[in-house]
Amino acid sequence: MKTNDTSRREFISATLLAGLAVTGCSTGKNPFEPDAATIETVKPSGEMIKLLSVDGEVIEVDKAFLKPVPSLPQVSNELARQGIPGKKFVMVIDLSRCKSLKKCQSSCNHMHSIHPGQNWIKVYPLHESEHTAPFWQPTTCMHCDEPPCVKVCPVDATFKRQDGIVLIDSDRCIGCRFCMAACPYSTRVFNWEELNLPKEIADQPYSCETSVPQKKGTVGKCDFCPDMARKGELPHCVSACPNGVFMFGDMIEDVVTNGAETFRFSDLVRDKAGYRLMEDLGTKPSVYYLPPVNRNFPFENNEEKEETKKS
Amino acid sequence: MESLAKQKIIEDLLPQKFGKVGKIWVGVLLAFCTLGLVAYILQLKNGLVVTGLRDYVSWGIYISNFVFFVAISLVGSLITAVLRLSQAKWSTPLTRISEIIAVSAITFASLIIIVDMGRPERFYNLFLHGRLQSPIVWDVIVITTYFFVSILLLYFPLLPDMAIMMKHKDVTGMPWLNKMYTFLGSFWKNTAAQIHISEKAINILSITIIPVAFAIHTVTSWLFATTYRPGWDSTNFGAYFISGAFLVGAGAVVVAMFVFRKAYKLENYIKDEHFDKMGKVLVLLALLYLYFNVNEFLVPAFKMKKSEEEHLMGLFTGEFAVVFWFAISTAMLIPIIILIQKKGRKPLPAFIAGLLVVVGSWFKRYLIVTPTLLHPFLPMYDVPKSYTHYFPTWQEWSIALGSLAGALLIITIFARIFPIIPIQETINEIEEHEQA
Repeated sequence: MKTNDTSRREFISATLLAGLAVTGCSTGKNPFEPDAATIETVKPSGEMIKLLSVDGEVIEVDKAFLKPVPSLPQVSNELARQGIPGKKFVMVIDLSRCKSLKKCQSSCNHMHSIHPGQNWIKVYPLHESEHTAPFWQPTTCMHCDEPPCVKVCPVDATFKRQDGIVLIDSDRCIGCRFCMAACPYSTRVFNWEELNLPKEIADQPYSCETSVPQKKGTVGKCDFCPDMARKGELPHCVSACPNGVFMFGDMIEDVVTNGAETFRFSDLVRDKAGYRLMEDLGTKPSVYYLPPVNRNFPFENNEEKEETKKS
Repeated sequence: MESLAKQKIIEDLLPQKFGKVGKIWVGVLLAFCTLGLVAYILQLKNGLVVTGLRDYVSWGIYISNFVFFVAISLVGSLITAVLRLSQAKWSTPLTRISEIIAVSAITFASLIIIVDMGRPERFYNLFLHGRLQSPIVWDVIVITTYFFVSILLLYFPLLPDMAIMMKHKDVTGMPWLNKMYTFLGSFWKNTAAQIHISEKAINILSITIIPVAFAIHTVTSWLFATTYRPGWDSTNFGAYFISGAFLVGAGAVVVAMFVFRKAYKLENYIKDEHFDKMGKVLVLLALLYLYFNVNEFLVPAFKMKKSEEEHLMGLFTGEFAVVFWFAISTAMLIPIIILIQKKGRKPLPAFIAGLLVVVGSWFKRYLIVTPTLLHPFLPMYDVPKSYTHYFPTWQEWSIALGSLAGALLIITIFARIFPIIPIQETINEIEEHEQA
């Protein structure tokens, strides 16, 4: 209820401010509170800009009083732990489309400011048996419905939400790494040292939903970008992939999309014989794979070639 | 006559000041502890990056050292409880040695697990947000319980001895020590009622400590067995750990017996007979552990499931083969061969066998933890090269050695301030013997 009170207060103050014509925004945590110093020092430029106020009125404000909102107030820890009601997030990875461009990886690393060298998304070259074809397999966190990592966490630092996402509270993690031992998908990474982050990222309060900033001595992993889902946008890996390998969506709506194409999830997984990794372990992943048939690209492992050249 | 004998026992068994060797020994241990502490400060400052641990091998010698300490601490329950309850009178002189080994080992088990944490300053979260479903929380509960039961099992039998020491203030030589004895034991008046309560309490504790001891090491094995990984995913793990723990603990007691006997000239109290009996116990325990090892390795090796194959071949013939066969032979095979012979149960060969057991067992714990982590289900990929193998750094070795030295230091200092052989119990037994 506390959060509701806060937002009501913010709403009221915002409305009041809008009535008085918006004067300015501070760079402090609450963008709705005016900064007395700013009001006094800013001189009107004379150029007026039309804005839509929070209560729906069109207002005019001098341009000099406008400042970009630094960042909207984040979802509280309590809400981040509950998840988005009425959703069950799911991902489909189409192996026939992957040629290991690793755009997913680089955008994920960039957006989450991951320690250099470590990756939350890994693109494995897999070759399951002698007579079968090799293929690329991108892996994210599987966001299991029976998550082994959550079972073993002693302090509820990693948790499962009602929308199916498994997240980490880096402000609570004690760094015992039991979850890393428990995860059969080797998806979790550990921040072995202090990260060299730009000040504006390092100073942010940690949010379970953005997983930023990563903290020394705690565990990190793919979070399915729930901050993007709240905005109605796709996870970074999905939008970064030029080949549409990743499809993200909601199992309840029965829809997944890679941004360009949208599929009915149940049809897609049924028609293309989707499967999950290590089904026999009973972890019930939320990530489905479509087998690498009728491929868009031949399998070329340049990394391996480079390595053999070096050696 | 009787009082003379009693006087002699007291004189023999009262704690003695460190001699030259004792001082050097304490100095060396302190040096190792300091080195460990320096390394830990570096680790606190820079993070776990100073270790050889990385994302794949995320548990290394800290955790194997933890398992080793928990294992060795089980001996407290074996000697003091199991042998006491089975009325094996011969074990009386060994009870305090094994109990202090248990207390110091469990203390350092708790410390080393904190050393392994990425965020030790958040330890309180275990109490604020602890979740009962995590085996780590079970471990915290049973280890704490075991620690307190062990402390009490050490303390209650000490009370009559402290009364004796307070009568011989001149021997201890240090006023602060006498003050401590007074603080800890002045309420003990040796009355029949007190003796009755104490005996009853010791009996209750002896019974209590057995399930708790089984719990600490079974739960420790579950930290591994509750995961899916090849090499850990085993229903054999609880029994395998317990049998190994009794073995290494008994080995440690034999080593300690030999050292204390030499250092404090206790030949009349820790007799050849004790080495003979403990030698037999060691053979039994080594065979038992061997049995569980056969179970642990032969059955999966027979099937050679793909996920297990890499792990097992790494141990049998691969990169861990040398350590594996070294551990199997030093912890089990060679001690069995030595101790199965009557002349092998003389003090010196028994001491050597005990030492082999302890060293081999330490490496065995390393093999339980590390090789499994190098064989994940999905291949090791998309990580820096250094992430794909593990060798402990000097900081890790220093901290591990420092913790071992710390445990030895506790035992050494304890023997300096308290009689390492129970005086009153020894006197009682001789009196009983004479009466009979």
